[in-house]
Amino acid sequence: MLIVPTFIGVTLLSFTLIHLVPGDPIEARVGERGIAPERLAALRHEFGYDQPLWKQFVDYEVQVVHGDLGVSLVTRQTVWSEFLTLFPATIELAFCAIGFAVLIGIPLGVVAALRRGTPFDYGLMGASVTGASMPIFWWGLMMILVFSVGFGWTPVSGRVSDMYFVEPWSGFMLIDCWFSDDEGACRSTLSHLILPTIVLGTIPLANFARMTRSAMLEVLGEDYIRTARAKGLSGMRVTVVHALRNALIPVVTVIGLSVGGLLGGAILTETIFAWPGVGHWIIESIQRRDYPVLQGGTLLIAIIVIGVNLGVDMLYSVLNPRIRR
Amino acid sequence: MALLEIRNLAVEFATARGRFRAVDGVDMTVEAGEVLGVVGESGSGKSVSMLAAMGLIGWPGKVTADVLRFDGTDLLSVSPRQRRKLVGKDMAMIFQEPMTSLNPCYPVGWQIAEALRAHHAVPKERVQHRVIELLEQVGIPDPSRRAGNFPHQMSGGMNQRVMIAMAIACKPRLLIADEPTTALDVTIQKQILDLLVDLQRQHGMGLVLITHDMGVVAETAGRVQVMYAGQMVEQQATDGLFNTPRHPYTAALLDALPERAIGRHRLPTIPGTVPGIDDRPAGCLFSPRCKFATARCAAEAPVPQAGVRCHTPLDDAGAPR
Ligand SMILES: Nc1ncnc2c1ncn2[C@@H]1O[C@H](COP(=O)(O)OP(=O)(O)O)[C@@H](O)[C@H]1O
Ligand SMILES: [Mg+2]
Repeated sequence: MLIVPTFIGVTLLSFTLIHLVPGDPIEARVGERGIAPERLAALRHEFGYDQPLWKQFVDYEVQVVHGDLGVSLVTRQTVWSEFLTLFPATIELAFCAIGFAVLIGIPLGVVAALRRGTPFDYGLMGASVTGASMPIFWWGLMMILVFSVGFGWTPVSGRVSDMYFVEPWSGFMLIDCWFSDDEGACRSTLSHLILPTIVLGTIPLANFARMTRSAMLEVLGEDYIRTARAKGLSGMRVTVVHALRNALIPVVTVIGLSVGGLLGGAILTETIFAWPGVGHWIIESIQRRDYPVLQGGTLLIAIIVIGVNLGVDMLYSVLNPRIRR
Repeated sequence: MALLEIRNLAVEFATARGRFRAVDGVDMTVEAGEVLGVVGESGSGKSVSMLAAMGLIGWPGKVTADVLRFDGTDLLSVSPRQRRKLVGKDMAMIFQEPMTSLNPCYPVGWQIAEALRAHHAVPKERVQHRVIELLEQVGIPDPSRRAGNFPHQMSGGMNQRVMIAMAIACKPRLLIADEPTTALDVTIQKQILDLLVDLQRQHGMGLVLITHDMGVVAETAGRVQVMYAGQMVEQQATDGLFNTPRHPYTAALLDALPERAIGRHRLPTIPGTVPGIDDRPAGCLFSPRCKFATARCAAEAPVPQAGVRCHTPLDDAGAPR
């Protein structure tokens, strides 16, 4: 069981890192106003920040093991309930970004493989090397500069314009605005979603395209592709049913494993676009030294990444009959 | 009218080291219902020439021919769509490596059904029934259970039977079997060959049997074509070929047969290998390995005459003329 070391590792890391940053939650709350030293000491004592660090850490671990992630020092809401309200926004963004990357990256990779050695192939591979190494912060700001500021096509921040109120029924804005039957809200939601999706989806798109291309190139040389052609099947059927089906086995693994990196990218993207999701929440918690939120949020994200990776293993065995028994 | 007619077929590959003629000037005629053996060492262009006939040579290969006709249809001018109606239905092919020739992601029954569906060979509701029937026909025990197996769950011999079932699914008039037994155990080889010959007789198919095994040819084929380094070097009826080979290469292949080596101390082999892209000689391609080669052979390429591509074809006694 890798759960225990992973759990301790993740919490220890976030605990250590946040304590390396000067300042504590009390000081962060007080800000520049200043506070009497006795009052500061009293508050620190009340919250337990005068305890030795190892004791604070052990107390936190014990608390988490009992299923209690604590309460945000800023909002007084439980970390869990805040996470639950914000997480759908992150999933929505991540889902759209992955969908964007899959729907565009995989077909591009397939076409590049079918046209290997042509200018299209070289152009696409050049672009994907660039795309895969795109700094998200810079890329996001460029997109905002061009499409929001320059052309005025898309809004700069948030999930939906303030003009609309959408009942947060599922937390997924696309679903909620659909049911709200308000066309304006839907349009606003989509226009808010488009830039963050592209920014967050660019790196995975580039990776999926390259991965699909190389997997397809390998598969297209296989004997069973020749067999499929010898049956008199159409080129489309050979490509999709016979070649792509096999090429997807490694590609799906890459897609699954990119979820971890994607959540990392989501933190940056959410910050750039003021997207009210988990990433934005964690970044703010650092600024506010909101220890429970920071540690709980990091832990929950780590659990999700692990869960997704397990899911990928299972999906892999579904896709690949050779390792099914 | 011949079932398959090929005149002056050439296949050229663009490689990193320039253009390579894998097949050059091959002629072939297959009549309906006959078994034609195609022999030659590995690398002599047997597979490539038949793949070209099937339209399965893709980039970076280029196919040219004076005549390439199947059952009256000109395969050189036919549209890809029209060709696909023939390929897999009226002309089918099975390959050397059964373990890698089936798609690992789909059950074998599904893969046979796909061939039936592609050509609307049987009504939809009969497809499943026909799949079982075909598996039974190629000698797979417990066919309804086996239909659900994936290729990796079956042996090489079983997979080759599946390949055969798939190839005969639409009752082709021509079946090309490219070394169908080379990758199999010796004990299985005989079974698969017998199966092919049985099916050929039952259906009256034309069968092109590619092999590098002269023994297999002797048992099955009515006529034989011998290939060397991309060229057709000799063709004869099987009896004639075995009794009075005209090309020194054919004679050398026959000498290498174990049953002809009885009483000798070791099996004669042909020294050297088939020339590849780098080492094709000028003149006759076989001349560097030919024990009868003359200065003329090394300088001037022979043209086929009376079915033999040789300057000094052998006479009935096996001596060069
Ligand atoms: N795709 C290809 N590209 C370049 N050369 C090829 C290709 N396919 C086959 N060849 C060459 O063509 C020649 C004939 O091959 P092949 O027909 O497979 O021989 P055989 O089936 O008689 O053993 C070989 O020298 C082989 O290397
Ligand atoms: Mg071959």
